[in-house]
Amino acid sequence: MTSLPTPTTWRAWLTADAPASRRQARAASLYQGWQRLRANRLTMLGLAVLALLVLAAIFAPLLAPYSPYAQSLGDRLLPPGSEGHLLGTDSLGRDILSRLLFGARISLYIVLLVVLVAPVLGLLVGTIAGYAGGIVDTVLMRVTDIFLAFPRLILALAFVSALGAGIENAVLAISLTAWPPYARIARAETLTFRGADFIHAVRLQGAGPVRIVTRHIWPLCVPSLVIRVTLDMAGIILTAAGLGFLGLGARPPSPEWGAMISGGSDYLLDSWWVATIPGLAIFAVSLAFNLIGDGLRDVLDPKDSGQ
Amino acid sequence: MGDATLGKGRPAPLLARWPRKALSLVVTVAVTLLGLLFVTFMIGRVMPIDPVLAVIGERATQAQYEAAYQALGLDRPLLVQFFSYVGEVLQGDFGRSLRTGQPVAQDIARVFPATLELATLGTLIGVSIGVPLGVLAAVYRGSWIDQIARILGLVGYSMPIFWLGLMGLLLFYGILGWVSGPGRLGVFYQGLVPTRTGLLLVDSAIAGDWTVFRDAFSHIILPASILGYFSLAYISRMTRSFMLEQLSSEYVTTARVKGLSEWHVVWRHAFRNISVQLITVIALSYANLLEGSVLTEIIFAWPGLGNYITTSLLANDMNAVLGGTVVIGTIFVCLNILSDILYRVFDPRAK
Amino acid sequence: MSNLLDVEDLSVTFPTRSGEFEAVRGISFSLGRERLGIVGESGSGKSMTGRAVLGLIRPPGRVTATRMTMNGEDLRAASPRRMRAIRGKHISMIMQDPKYSLNPVMTVGRQITEALRTHEKVSQREAKARAIEMLDAVAIREPERVMRLYPHEVSGGMGQRIMIAMMLIPNPEILIADEPTSALDVSVQLQVLEIMDKLVRDRGMGLIFISHDLTLVSGFCDRVAVMYAGRIVEVCDAGRLHEAQHPYTRGLLNSVPDLEHPRDRLEALKRDPDWRSAPSVSALL
Repeated sequence: MTSLPTPTTWRAWLTADAPASRRQARAASLYQGWQRLRANRLTMLGLAVLALLVLAAIFAPLLAPYSPYAQSLGDRLLPPGSEGHLLGTDSLGRDILSRLLFGARISLYIVLLVVLVAPVLGLLVGTIAGYAGGIVDTVLMRVTDIFLAFPRLILALAFVSALGAGIENAVLAISLTAWPPYARIARAETLTFRGADFIHAVRLQGAGPVRIVTRHIWPLCVPSLVIRVTLDMAGIILTAAGLGFLGLGARPPSPEWGAMISGGSDYLLDSWWVATIPGLAIFAVSLAFNLIGDGLRDVLDPKDSGQ
Repeated sequence: MGDATLGKGRPAPLLARWPRKALSLVVTVAVTLLGLLFVTFMIGRVMPIDPVLAVIGERATQAQYEAAYQALGLDRPLLVQFFSYVGEVLQGDFGRSLRTGQPVAQDIARVFPATLELATLGTLIGVSIGVPLGVLAAVYRGSWIDQIARILGLVGYSMPIFWLGLMGLLLFYGILGWVSGPGRLGVFYQGLVPTRTGLLLVDSAIAGDWTVFRDAFSHIILPASILGYFSLAYISRMTRSFMLEQLSSEYVTTARVKGLSEWHVVWRHAFRNISVQLITVIALSYANLLEGSVLTEIIFAWPGLGNYITTSLLANDMNAVLGGTVVIGTIFVCLNILSDILYRVFDPRAK
Repeated sequence: MSNLLDVEDLSVTFPTRSGEFEAVRGISFSLGRERLGIVGESGSGKSMTGRAVLGLIRPPGRVTATRMTMNGEDLRAASPRRMRAIRGKHISMIMQDPKYSLNPVMTVGRQITEALRTHEKVSQREAKARAIEMLDAVAIREPERVMRLYPHEVSGGMGQRIMIAMMLIPNPEILIADEPTSALDVSVQLQVLEIMDKLVRDRGMGLIFISHDLTLVSGFCDRVAVMYAGRIVEVCDAGRLHEAQHPYTRGLLNSVPDLEHPRDRLEALKRDPDWRSAPSVSALL
């Protein structure tokens, strides 16, 4: 009877003035952050759009009325609201709604892959540079600066052209251009922690540099990286869409949103919806990420908030 | 006495301390550019396309292949190849474009003015609206104008630029007919004014041919506005945050205590303090527009560098792609350095 | 019959996430041609009082008073335009740290002449001559050279003297000095104070001296008002501070070490919640 706390006691536990354990303190501060985040209606809107995107991606096969690849030349370029095609069809008679739903999977896939690769790469470079110091630091940071000096889209273009078109290569290209800011952040964080007493204590206990970096410094760098990644998500989506638009991302029949815009651009003046609708989808999703990012920054860094 | 500590005479002139700073600046630029070349060089090496086959064709014999392989210097160590590549680039030699058959450098010189004109007009639009908007948003924080700036910024950060271009074409060209469609100049106007700067607006103005000027303007205004919107989103956001920081500082209160009007407080005191930071932001946004023009140029069939790089890319014309990348990268680096120098020259605190 | 300044029931409030915050809660004071000290710890509302008089509390902050007059003129009814004419010309203020209160990208000379030319129609040449004269009056050597310097090129004590010159050049009747020496090196504090004192005396101005340092204020002012939690808890003549009654004032006095009567331990200030709710003492003349 007493083992499961009711919702009210949960809240009491989370809002207790004097937390009894470290776990409770951490949970309470997360809860307070969440409360403040929840007060921001725009951020909640962003989260709602994101949730919709995830649901669409998961349940695409159930939700889509047609296969995203099924061509029907008799039904080509039907306007939105036509019989059986809520958002109309494209130049090959494919149902745009179905393609949009399946395209959500590709967008999420790209974002997730980039988010797994780029910050990790940045974390590695940044913490090694920050912890090692000296010549290693100088060299690594110089390399970082060189990559920072590059125009990102052009570099991604060059990478994709070297590696060949395709989603994975697009991801790799975006990651290779996206890591330098993360490396900078991770290095700055490492420098502030490197001289800290608790790191000295760990070292005195006999921990080697690898253990110190991976077990003690990395976890501390994660929060600031998470914020930065959230703020960057919109940019990642836009770059991916740009590569898709140029025909360098996902390969043709694939319902990638940028590629869908490109397919519709030839019929723009007569059949505006083919290019317009996937663009709106990209816009909605990256706006959602921007709203979430702004909200997170307001909570975590009040001095920069727009209030 | 405080005055005594100032007895070091006139501050040394800027040039006296210049050599060391200039040297470190030169080294930084050199290392960065070398790194840039190294990256493009490596990209060229990992290309799945065999550079030898690209030159001699698929049907060459083994002996011909060997000969070409050596002629291209591919048998030398990678590092040697790299340095000979650097040497060629330093002489302005990016090789020959397989697609156009011209030297890449010549191609770039031909298409670059179009991009320059587009990005410059875009930046002008972005600065002339973005800066006042950002200042007003900071001064009237929380008001409707702040909200507008915020929404413009959010939308700008979330909109795919190529899609906005398409929508602009659909609305202003397709439906309203206010502007001309893709391209730089109507068919009937081409070749009417002599090329001096390569910037059509400037050339036609010099020639005094206002019909050409008007046509060129009606072509450039839409893509430039779209690029300008993106730089506006960035510039207004940065301006707002710089201004907020300054407006909350003590010297602004001092200015108010003196009885200055709000206009003077904002523009003569606070704004002058952000002008140097703003130069950096504008330089960055200019560089970004040079890059952002890649997608915009495709949409508007603008015969510029971005279009050139993308077309070459789809044609597997690697020399052209790498040449274009190096040029844009170099401009990027130079603009960065330039803003750094301006910072030092214009900010009295940096001396 | 009016004084330089008469303020009755002045309150300054700011909205916060958790309701209204009252920085100043209904204080009354006047200022004759005298030196009035306002003492209190940080957060007691003393700085807000000075800024409220100058009309420098910006929205969302709110200022209310039943009376606020300068030479009989109602400041509450003054238009923003009139307030600008009053600021600098009639009431001026010196702030804590010249490192932050001087504009870093404007030369000293321009900042001083600007203060003058805002209120008087004078030529650039004359403004410059008077600025140099003023710099000379605050004991700055080589004023012509200093005019061309930027604020980061001068020392703290010198910066504060420049600040004084800048604020006094339009000949105001009232000067509010908000912790004018607490950011300075001890070695130059006294010098800056002496210069300020001399100028204020010679020109027959009224001075409001805001500080956390009771000893400094008592040695420098004619009257002292002690503020606590947005209210005035005690007013007395500076010379009779040792007769002060309020436990907070006594606590402040006792927490200062005294060379002639050394004690083993300084008393820690004990705070009574009743002080917060007690009515404000009037410092009207």
